[in-house]
Amino acid sequence: MANSILEMRGITKTFPGVKALQDVNLTVERGQVHAICGENGAGKSTLMKVLSGVYPNGTYEGDIVFEDKPVAFRDIRDSEHAGIVIIHQELALSPYLSIAENIFLGNEIASNGFIDWDKTNLEAAKLLARVGLRDNPITPVREIGVGKQQLVEIAKALSKEVKLLILDEPTAALNDEDSAHLLDLIRHLKEQGITSIIISHKLNEIKAIADKVTIIRDGRTIETLDLDRDEISEDRIIKGMVGRDLEHRYPDRTPKIGEEVLRIEDWTVHHPTEPGRVVIHNAHLNVRAGEVVGIAGLMGAGRTELAMSIFGRAYGSNISGRAYLRGKEVKLRSVSEAIKNGLAYATEDRKRYGLNLIEDIKRNVSAAALGKLAKRGWVDGDREYLVAEDFRKSMNIKAPTVDAYTGKLSGGNQQKVVLSKWMYSDPDVLILDEPTRGIDVGAKYEIYTIINRLAAEGKAIIVISSELPELLGICDRIYALSEGHVTGEVPIAEATPEVLMQYMTKEKEPDHGVA
Amino acid sequence: MASLSETLGFLTSRLRQIGIFIALFVIVILFQVLTNGRLLTAGNVANIIVQNSYILILAIGMVMVIIAGHIDLSVGSVAAFVGALSGVMVVNWGWPWWVGILVSLVIGALVGAWQGFWIAIVGIPAFIVTLAGMLIFRGLTQIVLENRQITPFPAEYRQLGGGYLFPQLFPATTSVAEWITVGLGLLALVFFVSQQVRARVNRVKLGLEGEPAAWFWTKVGFTAALILGLTYLLGVAPGSRGTPVVLVVLAVLVIVYTAVMNRSVFGRHIYAIGGNRNAADLSGIKSRKVDFYLFVNMGVLAALAGLVFTGRLNSAGPGAGNLFELDAIAAAFIGGAAVQGGIGTVTGAITGGLIMGVLNNGMSLLGVSTDYQQFIKGMVLLLAVAFDVFNKRRAGGR
Repeated sequence: MANSILEMRGITKTFPGVKALQDVNLTVERGQVHAICGENGAGKSTLMKVLSGVYPNGTYEGDIVFEDKPVAFRDIRDSEHAGIVIIHQELALSPYLSIAENIFLGNEIASNGFIDWDKTNLEAAKLLARVGLRDNPITPVREIGVGKQQLVEIAKALSKEVKLLILDEPTAALNDEDSAHLLDLIRHLKEQGITSIIISHKLNEIKAIADKVTIIRDGRTIETLDLDRDEISEDRIIKGMVGRDLEHRYPDRTPKIGEEVLRIEDWTVHHPTEPGRVVIHNAHLNVRAGEVVGIAGLMGAGRTELAMSIFGRAYGSNISGRAYLRGKEVKLRSVSEAIKNGLAYATEDRKRYGLNLIEDIKRNVSAAALGKLAKRGWVDGDREYLVAEDFRKSMNIKAPTVDAYTGKLSGGNQQKVVLSKWMYSDPDVLILDEPTRGIDVGAKYEIYTIINRLAAEGKAIIVISSELPELLGICDRIYALSEGHVTGEVPIAEATPEVLMQYMTKEKEPDHGVA
Repeated sequence: MASLSETLGFLTSRLRQIGIFIALFVIVILFQVLTNGRLLTAGNVANIIVQNSYILILAIGMVMVIIAGHIDLSVGSVAAFVGALSGVMVVNWGWPWWVGILVSLVIGALVGAWQGFWIAIVGIPAFIVTLAGMLIFRGLTQIVLENRQITPFPAEYRQLGGGYLFPQLFPATTSVAEWITVGLGLLALVFFVSQQVRARVNRVKLGLEGEPAAWFWTKVGFTAALILGLTYLLGVAPGSRGTPVVLVVLAVLVIVYTAVMNRSVFGRHIYAIGGNRNAADLSGIKSRKVDFYLFVNMGVLAALAGLVFTGRLNSAGPGAGNLFELDAIAAAFIGGAAVQGGIGTVTGAITGGLIMGVLNNGMSLLGVSTDYQQFIKGMVLLLAVAFDVFNKRRAGGR
């Protein structure tokens, strides 16, 4: 015990309606690399935000003991002062400032209010050497790659005399070489006595560098495994991550599967602003009428990117591959073409991409198919009201009238508005991206029922979800995606969380026929 | 009558929309009292309409641009530029007045297409494009005019800005002019009331009326009284000169654009884009196309404003239209348009423009100097938007 640098005891964090963390305990030994594992939404990031003061003391229950002293951080500055530095998945560097400026941002080396540039750059160069970077400190950050930017973040942490370094998915955006370099650096820092917490779902990496791994599931600590002492297999970790009892219930359904509706072949998508970066590699999938097909994948696997690139190229650049609707090749060059051809995509981020929150229910419902309500460019407002009213009743949207603003609805009801919008566009293929994210259990059941009803009507449905039990509960077939590759296709009869998690964490398969 | 609390609830939910009309009403009464009745005389009311007509025309286009989340700083320069070109065509080249006006409107559309190209297709923010446009078209105005005024314009051309209905046929002193105004007023009244009632009856029949009856009849009664009052002041009251041509133009624009914004696919797409551009794009709305046509439309309206202004002054000058853009923007915001886009109405913008116009006119009647006028107008704009922000925060909006 005396050798622990950090102890978090009984941490409980509640958001309105959701218990994000429940009685979580975490002990980190001094000078070790401690990994935290769990599914998306298990509560890993929330726990780290509690630790680093993003959620200030008083907004959570439980105690934090750091270096044998109880601490109560009010903000990030507080925790950084104590020597805890968190490096987020999305890097927080200012692209137009130099490396040195970024390292000392908010912590400038100055006398009488004037920055001592020589000293700044000199100190920056020393810190860069510690993280193995040989770039000139006056280089603007936007001119170095993501891998090097990650190292600059670590150099910045070192400048603050870090004792405990927290890395949130540090290698998610890095290629293999940069990842290897970063892992080396973490090992190197460990030798210098710096303790690290690393959040990752790349199990091979965890096995390679971590001393201990704590598994979090549904906001609770499940177990802490000692990787040094025991022989722990990746399967063992996966079991801990997914081994929950299936307490949610899913409505019954007898699938009536018909002809193939949509097929994608050799689908390759590049990043929209970094043309060199391939986000989806030669993906393939198909979905038949009346079938519910799932797409499983961890954060950053490219699920949303795949879906949106199919939906009229709403994501990505330089998209290649073929799309077939009912066996006929189609080119869906824009969202409106995709909609005309019977596709619909309900986004994972309702508030940013799904709804006009300052507009009422009826105008959101009609947004994707206003043409159906219009004659020669003029909308029939009365019919629109009636159509929306029908959906309000049939979808059980809890609002007094369809004049209610969608911004004031609960997550579940907002999702029903989004679904109504796409049902009114009368698609053949519905892509539902995280259809139950941020929705309470009761509303989830209603959403599943709606999905089943749509499938029974003969729609082809693709569901993207981070929750494996959900996919297992409602799908007929599940594709697994890992790092932009379709790594597996599993019929529901053979699908278990363990099988899916294996595919989802699989390193990329060698591309066929490419040397 | 179980509906008193319902009505009150409805009123608070529309506080902003109603508030702006009440504000105009209060300001009118205030100045009517302060000026000892000089505000609401036949001559002065006609003046307020004519003096502010070009700002109101610009405000219609501006509020649409603002709803879509853009801004247009160039409208004053564009109005001046088109006014100058119309002068060249009609005065210098001696083209028929109607050809000049039609070509001018087409030029306005082309100017709008030019700006729409940079905004919608190239993707440069409207603020920058129209700031550049403000300089470009001001410069072109001066080049076209060689820094001289063009004057005088033919009488027909001037009708648009400063004329009254049918002066050649029926001199304003005759009772026929009076009857034309009264007839138009009654026609407008019948049109408005029947249209409102028909729409309501239809909604009630379909079981989807959300508006309390008391509120509906208050609204209709109030507007009817307004139309009748205006008819009296313009046609019957002592010193009346009949209906300004530009009032007819404005009335048509308000009716058409209110319908466009409420009922047309184009208008609804504008709201959708302004409310959440990402969601609109993912709903298959071609937001760039909408942006483009918005600026084409703004160009045409700016051209019309330029023609009205030039006609009223009977001269096209290099400094014409200076700061019109700011008055039009202020009108839209006072009228309840949201800075982030997605919210706003044509009638709101017109009311906002009238509030500014009545303030200007009333203060001038009281002999308040222009420096104070500027100050007060600035405060009104600030407070109107502050009221919005406060309202939204209280309602727990975003």
